[in-house]
Amino acid sequence: MNRFEYIRPATVADAIAALNEPAARALAGGTNLVDLMKYDVAQPSRLVDINRLPLKSIEITPSGALRIGALVTNTDLAWHRDVREKWPILSSAILAGASPQLRNAATAGGNLMQRTRCYYFYDPSTACNKRQPGSGCSAIGGVNRIHAILGASDSCIAVHPSDMCVAMAALDASVEVEGPDGKRSIPMSGFHRLPGGEPERDNTLKVGELITSIIIPKPDFGAHHTYLKIRDRLSYAFALISVAAALRVEEGIIQDVRIALGGVAHKPWRDFDAERSLKGERVGTQSFKQVADFILRDAKGQGDNDFKIELARRAIVRALEQAAAGTPQDQADKSIH
Amino acid sequence: MNQIPHHPQIPIFLTINGTLHELKVEPWVTLLDLLRERLSLTGTKKGCDQGQCGACTVLVDGKRVNSCLALAVSRDGAEITTIEGLAENGELHPLQVAFIERDAFQCGYCTPGQICSAAGLLAEGHTPSRAEIREHMSGNLCRCGAYTNIADAVEDVLMPRIAAKEAAE
Repeated sequence: MNRFEYIRPATVADAIAALNEPAARALAGGTNLVDLMKYDVAQPSRLVDINRLPLKSIEITPSGALRIGALVTNTDLAWHRDVREKWPILSSAILAGASPQLRNAATAGGNLMQRTRCYYFYDPSTACNKRQPGSGCSAIGGVNRIHAILGASDSCIAVHPSDMCVAMAALDASVEVEGPDGKRSIPMSGFHRLPGGEPERDNTLKVGELITSIIIPKPDFGAHHTYLKIRDRLSYAFALISVAAALRVEEGIIQDVRIALGGVAHKPWRDFDAERSLKGERVGTQSFKQVADFILRDAKGQGDNDFKIELARRAIVRALEQAAAGTPQDQADKSIH
Repeated sequence: MNQIPHHPQIPIFLTINGTLHELKVEPWVTLLDLLRERLSLTGTKKGCDQGQCGACTVLVDGKRVNSCLALAVSRDGAEITTIEGLAENGELHPLQVAFIERDAFQCGYCTPGQICSAAGLLAEGHTPSRAEIREHMSGNLCRCGAYTNIADAVEDVLMPRIAAKEAAE
């Protein structure tokens, strides 16, 4: 681990001031950052320990939205009574990820800032454009079983590893940030980015900006939701494919639909055109297959991960069937129905 | 960039197994290394040192965490419980007893982390099924594969508590 300066500010303003240098990093739960520092993948000049900031509350706003402080732990968020009742897809997605120990330390803001689990990104002896811009991508033509099938570029085929963010993408969350130029709100779909020619940039945060909270509108899906996660082990493994799906159906006709995919791209994958195409259609496997084909129309395998395209197709259909039936995937009993 | 002193010493307080410690640590020292190397509390084990195996699990303010991923400075003021602190008045913790009775280990290296994790699970107050016990213990790997007996031991302690709690309600 490199040597760094350690600062523990008491206010958001002091934290932002301390973060205003390119190699400074905010420390919350540390479950990803400390890990990356041990590998010398992250080498911050300064750690700004934000754990004393007043960003730990979960509130329901007057409009019925959920406001999650950036420092709320994944555990507290997943088990919160209101979240379990009104935003169950979020609770389910969080409990599908990591382990209880990690969820006890990891925060909502930190989860948004998670970096890819690409093997080459984690191995400083290999070329990686995300870790060292311009050095090349070892995953292209390398071992790429876990890599992207949508939205990849010639410089990076890494995927974003979060489960929580997939549910937040489906629920139209927005990320509240504060920085040297003031406050702004970033829609979830615009927070993470595709790699393009700058895979070192995971998201659209600017230097010095700090996530303060995440806001999720009141949903309208009742029991018609699911978070379906397909992985190599039954538990404690990153998604090969995950699907957050929610439906609002009246008399067999789809009125509203959300489909977000994890494990497929550099960001949680929403396809608004695909969702629009499903509105007005009759609920059923046939329309679900059509929308799955549409979402995957530009999917491209890298060799080892070619199987993920068919896996994604089937997972989308299965997730929509679960949502339609009002039988969300159970995250303890992993049988898929 | 600012010059960083070679060994900056940051003062922190930690209550470890009921005893208050006033310490000075470099900011890059993990809670795991502090416990093992500075305080000789070697019951907490270093397995992967990456948050993947759970051998380093301790309770921080009553909640189970991976001590390998916690910088000690960021836990200033916390109450830490390690495997050495679970027994009370010379009596083993019920989970320790259950692990012995169920032979819930082979080499024993993961055991302190398994037991601290199970202690965290007890405190979480969920009412899990067998499947949920397995899921909620999934952050602790056992390379000997003693999982069946581990789940039995946890169930032995957890289920009567749930039954007693439900009877009281």
